[in-house]
Order: sequence, then C-alpha cells, then structure tokens
Amino acid sequence: MLLRCLGIIGLVWLGLGQALAEPIGAQLYQRNCAACHGATGTGGIGVPLALPSFQASISDDYVRQTIRLGRSGRVMPAFTQLQPNEVDAIVHFVRAWNKQPAIVYSSAPIKGDPVHGSQLFEHYCIACHGANAEGSKGTGVTFSRPRELAIMAPALHNPGFLASASDAMIKATLMNGREGTPMVSFLKRGLKEKDINDLVSYVRSLEKQPLPASAKVLQVESPVIVRDSPYDLKTTVENVKQAVSNNNFFYGRVQTLEYGFTAPEKENPKQVIVYFCNISLLNQVLAVDPRVGMFLPCRITIFEQDGKVKVMSVNPKVLSALFNNAELNPLCDQMTQSYTAIIEEATL
Amino acid sequence: MNKLIRYLGLAALLLSLSLPVMAEGLLMARTDNQFPEAMTLLQSAISARGYKITRLQEVNENLAKRDFKSDMYRVVYFGKLEEVRAVTASYPELIPFLPLNITIFAEGDQAILVASHPKMLEQFFPDPKLKPIFDHWETDILAILDELRAAK
Repeated sequence: MLLRCLGIIGLVWLGLGQALAEPIGAQLYQRNCAACHGATGTGGIGVPLALPSFQASISDDYVRQTIRLGRSGRVMPAFTQLQPNEVDAIVHFVRAWNKQPAIVYSSAPIKGDPVHGSQLFEHYCIACHGANAEGSKGTGVTFSRPRELAIMAPALHNPGFLASASDAMIKATLMNGREGTPMVSFLKRGLKEKDINDLVSYVRSLEKQPLPASAKVLQVESPVIVRDSPYDLKTTVENVKQAVSNNNFFYGRVQTLEYGFTAPEKENPKQVIVYFCNISLLNQVLAVDPRVGMFLPCRITIFEQDGKVKVMSVNPKVLSALFNNAELNPLCDQMTQSYTAIIEEATL
Repeated sequence: MNKLIRYLGLAALLLSLSLPVMAEGLLMARTDNQFPEAMTLLQSAISARGYKITRLQEVNENLAKRDFKSDMYRVVYFGKLEEVRAVTASYPELIPFLPLNITIFAEGDQAILVASHPKMLEQFFPDPKLKPIFDHWETDILAILDELRAAK
C-alpha cells in the first residue's frame, strides 16, 4: 500500500514538474533572456534561438552550458545565480521551439589534423569568424543601428563556446550548415568529411591557446577613481571644468547630486557633479554597446566632507565586465586615462 | 491522498517561484510597446514606487545636434532624497553611481530597458550596512522592469 502511494506520488511529482517547467521556464526566459533573444526567440542582440536550423543542430546540454558559462567578453553573461532547476526550465522552454527530434551528441573527441584544419580555417572561415576565431565584430549589440549581417558569426575561440559545444556538434554544424544564416554546409562547398574532422580538431585545439582579446574583460581594483584636492570646493570645481576642456571634452553643466530632488536652496552644496561630454566619443561608445548610456554623460564628482575636498568618478574599466563586452575594452582604457588625467590636473 | 498531492504540488510551485532570479551585472527588459508609450509607462512605474524623477537625459537629441544618427534614447534618473542623503553621508564613494537610472531606447516597435544591478554595487561596496538598501533598490527596479515587460 505504502509503495503504491509512493509510486503514485512519484509519478504525480514527475508530471507536475513537467507541467510546471513550461510556465516557469517561460517566466524565467522573459526575465533573463527575452531582452536580448526576443520574446519569441527571434533574436536581436542575441542569437535567434527559435531559428529552425539552429534548433536542429544544438543539444539541450549546449543550451544548458551556454546559460551557465556565457561567452566571456561577448555580451552573453554567465547566469551563475540561476539554480539548476531554473536553468533546466529555461532549456525546456527554449527547446520547445525545436520541431525536429532532439539530438544528443557524443562527447567523444573527433580525431583530425589540427595543422591542416588551421589551413582550412584560414581559407574558409576567417572571413566570418575572424583570423583568431574571435567571432565577427559587433557581438550583436547594434540594436536599431545598421547591421552587416543578420546574425553575428560566433566566437569559436571562447571558453564558453568550447566548453558548451562538443566536437560532434561542431562537426554536424560544419557538415549541414545552418539554413537562414551565412553558415553554409562545408560538404556542399567541396570539403570531405576528413577535412571537416581536421577543422573540428583545429577548433578544439584553440582550448590550449591563450585567450584572445575578444574573450577578456578588464579587471579593476577599485570601482572609483578618487583623489584628494588641496583646494577648496569652489576652486576645485573650477579646476575640474578647466581640466575637462583641456582634455578634449566640452563642459556641459554643474549640478549638485540633489538637483531635481528638492528646491535649489535646499540642495546640499557640498556634493557637486561636473557633467561633460565628447559627442564623437559618445557616438563611438554607443555604436559598440548602446547599453553604456546608463553611465553617460561623463561626470566627475567633487565633494567636501569634514573640511576635506575629494574628487572622484566611476572607474570606466568597470564597464567592461559589467557589460561583458570586450569591444569596450580600448574605450574603457581610454576613458580611464582621460578621467584620471582630468582629476589629477584639477587636484595638482 | 488528494490533499497530500495538492500540498506537495503547491509546495513545489512555491519553492520554484521563490528561488532567486538574477541576471548578471545588468537588469534588462524588452517591452512590447513603442518608445513613447514605454517612456510614459516607465516614468509612471518609477513614480508609483515613491521615487522622484530628477532628470531625463535626451541622448539621441544630443547626438543629432552633431549629425550622428540614433534611435530614440533616454536615460531616466530617479531616487528618494532622504535615501540619497543618508547613504552618501556615510558612503560618499557611492555618489558617482547616483541617482539611480534606467536607460531606455527604441528597438523597432519595441523598447529595451537597461539598469545596472544593485548587486554590482554590493560587490563594490560590501559593507553589510548597505545591503538592505541595495536589496530594496533591487526589488524596486525588478518590479519596475517586470511592470514594463508585462505592459501591452
């Protein structure tokens, strides 16, 4: 009797889990994925997950690993905070778009000649995937701006990709291509299965090579750049305004932190923000990643506390990791140098 | 027996829904509303939670002045005066990250919203005294984005 009860509970539990997975998966997908991949998987910033040829060539495990590991430096974050059952619910939801029989790829390595594979890669693949397999530029984050390709070629030389895609999956993609994307079948382009094995072997060998710049995000010791000012607050603010102009930015406005919160006479005059901009640089940054707007316009804070004046700003290097976008790295470096130069000039 | 199954089912459902959900670093949402409607909804959702909108940064207009093309793009700054005063009096290093803001821009017939996750601030400023306020900002920003996401 007890065994029968437990059996029934187990079956109901399994059925209930299955029934619940979809609505919970849908909810989790909408919250975590839809902004980039579209509510119905049509893509945008991220890969069009509902694309039939994409769905037909991936496995559940590829999706699971991708959610868990992300793509370092390539915008797709690693969702390490999601619980395993939440990841599974998202996988279940996403894989419901697949109308073909689900594929389970072998995890066995494919033997090939990576040296020959490298030569083939140079001939056939670098136009889209880049000379170092770092993926095409743009990472998809171009939103409403013109796009060169409907789908950005993925970064193959990325730890997240290499840990998610088995050799067998890479081989199947090379053999069959992906209809609706620029990825064509390399059998149709005249390669033999042995050549494709060599290509797979080369892609796998990337695991042993140093990370390309496209997979690196900048690390910071401190989220803010801070310097003490030997001047009083008013003089320091004027110094910052002058330093801003001296460093090829135009000074926009000076406001207290409390601007807009209360009547001007009630604002705390000891927390002052100098806003400034370089429109050309702004355009450049937004073209790389429009989400960066949340840290714009540029601003430097001057505040007085206990008779001491300090000047500080956000360390722009934090943006690289925050947006997980390695294409921001050179601009973050440049901005960090500019902010530091302005702050040091103002406090000299 | 039926009761037991019902309780177990309910427990499983509650457990699943109460587990923490967090996108890394950023909070993002796509709303199925055109930019002007989304902008109105956003301001309303922010105000409904007791925040004051202190500034609307018109990014696309500033770009257009220099002949750079951009779709509709705003940064909405908001906060609560007493909170801002209290937190920056003890932690002035937070000033560069305040007021809170949500970026909104058009994506075709839809709009995308982006905010930095308060968990990011928690990583930068790990003082336990700050955790309640970061948690409260997280709850509110998530609710604002959920509201926009659900609005048709």
